[in-house]
Amino acid sequence: MSKPLKIVVLAKQVPDTRNVGKDAMKADGTVNRAALPAIFNPEDLNALEQALILKDMREGSTVQVLTMGPPRAADILRDAMFRGADGGILLTDRKFAGADTLATSYALSRALVKIQPDIIVAGRQAIDGDTAQVGPQVAEKLGIPQVTYAEEIVSLSDDNKEIIIKRRLDHGIEIVSSPLPLVVTVNGSAPECRPQHAKRVMKYKNARTPSELQEADNDYLNSLCACKEYLNIQEWSVADVDADDNQLGLAGSPTKVKQIENVVFQAKEAKRLTAADADINELMVELIASHTLG
Amino acid sequence: MNNIFVYCETEGGKIADVSLELMTKGRELADTLGCELEAVVIGHNLANVEKELAEYGADRIWVADDAQLDPYRTLPHSAILCGLFKEEHPQIALMGATPIGRDLGPRVSSTLHSGLTADCTSLVIGGHKDNKTGKEYTDLLYQIRPAFGGNIIATIINPECRPQMATVREGVMKKEKAAKPGKGELKTIDWKKYVNDADFAVKIIERQMEERKINVKGAPIIIAGGYGMGSKEGFKQLFELADVIGGEVGASRAAVDAGFADHARQIGQTGVTVRPKLYIACGISGQIQHTAGMDGSSMIISINTDPDAPINKIADYAITGDVNDVIPKMIKYYKQNSK
Ligand SMILES: Cc1cc2nc3c(=O)[nH]c(=O)nc-3n(C[C@H](O)[C@H](O)[C@H](O)COP(=O)(O)OP(=O)(O)OC[C@H]3O[C@@H](n4cnc5c(N)ncnc54)[C@H](O)[C@@H]3O)c2cc1C
Repeated sequence: MSKPLKIVVLAKQVPDTRNVGKDAMKADGTVNRAALPAIFNPEDLNALEQALILKDMREGSTVQVLTMGPPRAADILRDAMFRGADGGILLTDRKFAGADTLATSYALSRALVKIQPDIIVAGRQAIDGDTAQVGPQVAEKLGIPQVTYAEEIVSLSDDNKEIIIKRRLDHGIEIVSSPLPLVVTVNGSAPECRPQHAKRVMKYKNARTPSELQEADNDYLNSLCACKEYLNIQEWSVADVDADDNQLGLAGSPTKVKQIENVVFQAKEAKRLTAADADINELMVELIASHTLG
Repeated sequence: MNNIFVYCETEGGKIADVSLELMTKGRELADTLGCELEAVVIGHNLANVEKELAEYGADRIWVADDAQLDPYRTLPHSAILCGLFKEEHPQIALMGATPIGRDLGPRVSSTLHSGLTADCTSLVIGGHKDNKTGKEYTDLLYQIRPAFGGNIIATIINPECRPQMATVREGVMKKEKAAKPGKGELKTIDWKKYVNDADFAVKIIERQMEERKINVKGAPIIIAGGYGMGSKEGFKQLFELADVIGGEVGASRAAVDAGFADHARQIGQTGVTVRPKLYIACGISGQIQHTAGMDGSSMIISINTDPDAPINKIADYAITGDVNDVIPKMIKYYKQNSK
């Protein structure tokens, strides 16, 4: 019998930068970040799906989702539980604030040392930063291999010693094998995550972090969570993961933001044309005359 | 000491374009700083790479040439680069924002605890004063990049940690041979002292790389199609127009995602960056992630049924109409007038 796996998914709650609608635009043409909805980072959902596929491959395996963020990031942990994750851990502490990717990776790696997973699966990158750095940096901090741009976990040997993964690169594919434990970062081209399951929503909808319970101050929720272990979303602080303050947050971040410039969508006057034959003809004549064409 | 290093990718023993683009930029930065430019090439069958790199301004070329080092694998390449950097102490290290550079860069920056900025669109040397400590810095690398889905432009610096690392996408920097070639001194890396057996634990079982035939980046005229082209069938009109006027076909991500066009044609933040003399945007709305990759075009023509499509804000000519109507007319009137 193959041994079950302990799988951790790294996930992030991000502002939805993909569809910046009119309501999120300020009068000066810049984006009002606060008006963007907070969502589950899309490629982290692809990662969750790969983790759930692995779990299905090995009976008795567990999938935990680990996220670092503010208290409201517990929303994505519940979402993950509705889709098939067994539980979630929220890494939250003021001391984490202002972290660049390196300080973030350090904090996550401290939590992972405590969990000791067999496999760590993360999305390739987050849409608010697009850096793709956290996965490889976590792997380095843990001193284990990384397989990035993964599209599919092809197989896992019976003794859980070797995993085979298909990578999707810009101009081709690569199939690689790696020993465990390792960090896998998953591409958006991988299969979409399974949807929330009605039964799981019923089961986990009252899952809460200790802070959320305190905030709600609701006897019913308190007693529910007290008797049902699976409803307790764990909340870890710097002290819980035995992290070194100097490597956290702003202090632990080699990169500093010197300046932020909002992109202003400036209107430039376009020459307006219709689809009428005369307009198109005139345009082509102009382009040929100016040697833009031909 | 404290020079600029460029990690050069190779495919089949040839230096990748993106790396030569970074050499061009690296040369410019080295001249500004008054330091030397060094290239690192790790791979196999690398005879003569130093000649080409010297033409791009390399003063020193570090080479590790061994069958085990090609194709690229994370652990051996990062061990070699970290080992070399610990001895040579570069002030700046650049690499391509490619599947290789974006895999290697973070690993190296984590080992060396040096900051890394991904996908820079501009690199400039400048000073900085820390408001808290009052400390002044000179000759820092400003790593400038879009963030937040392209809605802001951030300037990132690493005041204290070295090397200052940055990745840059292909096509963002210009590729140009140096006015004066570099010294071109060839150095062999004694790489075995940096790498151990465990670094070869990840094995490549199979590899299928496509020849890069599509060259959207170098085309002076690009006809790009978006989701508004409706289908793969619809895209055929674009190829026809490209054929007639002599251009290459590009695409928006929505069109690529819908299967209308190949990923190699994607233009924008997650595709290639282009700056042709003419860009014709057909059925493309003009979201920031798309325009980020083409707004440097000399002339932009948009064809869109929606007169208020955002693309019209950056267009020189905005044709309000259906692509299925306008494109055949363009072909017709070009042919009529071009003789
Ligand atoms: C992190 C991130 C990275 C991204 N990277 C990229 C990238 O690199 N490149 C990229 O392109 N996008 C990218 N996107 C996606 C981008 O936000 C847009 O979704 C995409 O560019 C939209 O493509 P489109 O304009 O073809 O489609 P749509 O926005 O659907 O626009 C279709 C347009 O066609 C017009 N139209 C419809 N029918 C016709 C017709 N018959 N004739 C004429 N016009 C017609 C419509 O009016 C509309 O303006 C990225 C998004 C994210 C979040």
